[in-house]
Amino acid sequence: MSSRLLLGTRKGLVVYTRGPSGWRLSSVHHGGNPVSYAVEDPRDGSWWAALDHGHWGQKLQRSRDQGRSWEEVKAPAYPEDALRGDGKPATLEYIWLIAPGPASQPGRIYLGTNPGGLFVSDDGGDTFTLCRGLWDHPSRVQWSGGGKDTPGIHSLVIHPNDPDHLMVGVSCGGVFESRDGGQRWAPRTKGLVASFLPDPEAEIGHDPHLIVACPSRPEVLWQQNHCGVFRSVDGGARWAEVSGPGAAPRFGFAVAVDEVNPDRAWLVPAVSDERRMAAEGGLSVSTTADGGQTWRELRVGLPQEGCFDLVYRHGLDKRGPTLVFGSTTGNLYVSEDEGESWALVSHTLAPIYSVRLSA
Amino acid sequence: MPKVELTHHLKRFFPTLGPQTLPATTVAELVRALDGQFPGIAGYLVDERGALRKHVNIFIDGEMVVDRARLGDALDERSEVFIAQALSGG
Repeated sequence: MSSRLLLGTRKGLVVYTRGPSGWRLSSVHHGGNPVSYAVEDPRDGSWWAALDHGHWGQKLQRSRDQGRSWEEVKAPAYPEDALRGDGKPATLEYIWLIAPGPASQPGRIYLGTNPGGLFVSDDGGDTFTLCRGLWDHPSRVQWSGGGKDTPGIHSLVIHPNDPDHLMVGVSCGGVFESRDGGQRWAPRTKGLVASFLPDPEAEIGHDPHLIVACPSRPEVLWQQNHCGVFRSVDGGARWAEVSGPGAAPRFGFAVAVDEVNPDRAWLVPAVSDERRMAAEGGLSVSTTADGGQTWRELRVGLPQEGCFDLVYRHGLDKRGPTLVFGSTTGNLYVSEDEGESWALVSHTLAPIYSVRLSA
Repeated sequence: MPKVELTHHLKRFFPTLGPQTLPATTVAELVRALDGQFPGIAGYLVDERGALRKHVNIFIDGEMVVDRARLGDALDERSEVFIAQALSGG
């Protein structure tokens, strides 16, 4: 059962700990600074936070003693010859993702960045190198900004049995797969729809809000984007829309998949691409147990009027029976029964960018 | 030697930061010299290519620097430099 929760918020890294009486705020770090992403590395327990200083640039912070002390790690730098898709020199604009590598690669850490960067460290994060295989992919000139001015990488799936088998999500670019540790990449967008493109079935240019895989069945992938909920059962070779009619979720950012059963997933739907707020003023979580053929709305314990919450792509997490989500209006909800009922943990937080449970 | 003073906002990250007198004939040299005194501070002022960050301003004797890309503006022995952040917020 999970015992700790790291929140990246607009006003710092907020840590909650599970105690005998439930989840309690235990510490705040980098208070006042926007933290775009925060995570605990399960291999060594170190905490990582990406700071999005409005004035001073993007910074990386690492703590090896669970927040008692922090050290600034040199932020990744784009090579001198790296140009953005528009021909301007590439500089680090945003750190969207910090992804500890697998146990078999103890020093490996990945960063997903804007513009369009996947950075790799093999020394525990002391130094990062741009993954040139992806950066030099010929499709990159077709990538565009999605919610930000430049394309960004926000999702990384590492195959649990093969650390060289990687999949990334690029907004806007699509889904890309590498089987050789990042040297060569190929788009995996067949079956996706991008109604905002001149050709909705174009291979490049999709906006996969988040890509997750079932840990025990990594060939099963889920994503939600502007045009629906999509699932792949063959490692991304083919995607199928599973957002049905009626109450089924369509637009949203975050998706969580069960650790064991690849047919079970949870999403926090928003009313529509155009409006981006809670549907009909009430908060709900949508879940399926049959791979998206049918959906249920989970509302017990969630407010049903006056909600303007939006849950960002990293704002939902699951570990065992615990599900947790944080919203743009600073609300934090936890369920201990796989989403069937929810309890408010806080309604006073700053806008929440990332929610990550640790062991 | 030029004198430089920095916004107090940077003291959060560099607690011993205070007015400095440093050898430099350009703003870029001044930033490098500052980084020698306060390792890492250059990364707060300029990006990885040495360009002044968008929301940071540097003034020489009250005038904003012209060359934001390379910080080539000249300094003389009596230059007084002020490094500030743009005001923004919420």
